[in-house]
Amino acid sequence: MTDTKMGFNLEEWYAHKLQGEVILKYAGSISPEMITHALETIEDSPLLKKERLQTRKKVYNVFVECMQNLYHHVDAPPAGLSVGGSPNFGIAALVHDGSFYRVTTGNFILRDKVNFIKDRIEQLNSLSDEEVKMLYRDILGNEAISEKGGGGLGMLDIVRKTGNKLEYFLYPYDGEHVFFSLDVYIS
Amino acid sequence: METIIREDTPKTPYVKLDGEKGLVEIKGRSIPENSVEFYKPLIDWIDEYGGEPQDNTIINIQLEYFNTSSSKCILDIFKKLELLFKKGFKVQVNWYYEEDDEDMFEAGEDYQSIINLPFKMIEMEE
Repeated sequence: MTDTKMGFNLEEWYAHKLQGEVILKYAGSISPEMITHALETIEDSPLLKKERLQTRKKVYNVFVECMQNLYHHVDAPPAGLSVGGSPNFGIAALVHDGSFYRVTTGNFILRDKVNFIKDRIEQLNSLSDEEVKMLYRDILGNEAISEKGGGGLGMLDIVRKTGNKLEYFLYPYDGEHVFFSLDVYIS
Repeated sequence: METIIREDTPKTPYVKLDGEKGLVEIKGRSIPENSVEFYKPLIDWIDEYGGEPQDNTIINIQLEYFNTSSSKCILDIFKKLELLFKKGFKVQVNWYYEEDDEDMFEAGEDYQSIINLPFKMIEMEE
């Protein structure tokens, strides 16, 4: 694939994100079946089987939330993308990276969502562990479930379970699309 | 009342709703993409059970994994049962978690902080 626009090269980004011991990598349509299959791969990983229960479960849980976030929220990619034109196109990887496990997701979003995503992540990253816990309880107890079933808890749950900040980048791709790269580290 | 039993799948838990025994059991994994679709019939059942409940109702929750959209649905189940408790019926929640699984323990604490029901946290050895 050679998808370069506005200085962003998708192929290079993907190769860079696969540095480390790759447990799972996927680029294509994000569907419930794909998620089920990916979860089986993670459960069968010899590397993860050696980890203590707490770590194993955190990796699994965080991966579920990341994938379901993708499934519910991706926008259709730009036309003519060499990796495929599925309207639910996304990239996901689980890599053992030094002393961390890293879940990376990448997907295209429409430009008008950039500020919303940026503000949301910056807000979550600014909270202390205790504030994250309190906000989680507040949303769980008070907000109605959205039509997509998300309930607005996905990202918050990821931050809470990992105790780490979300690392993200929004790469302008063309006049309409921005590529959203997200790294979640689990120690 | 009709007893409902749902066998588990890779993304949905084993469920037993037994009106005769006053028992609600949810075990395994609850990570479906569409949690509302899965839980709606169960919540409807509990609604109906609330019209003619047993004196004692036991809820056993023994989840290995659950996603955030399921967490809202599980809360809805607790809220329905909280109504029974407020009317004076006995309701007991048994929240099972694996030894070393702090996240599942904390999830139980989250519900305890939101819902007014007797909660018993039960640690299971690996």
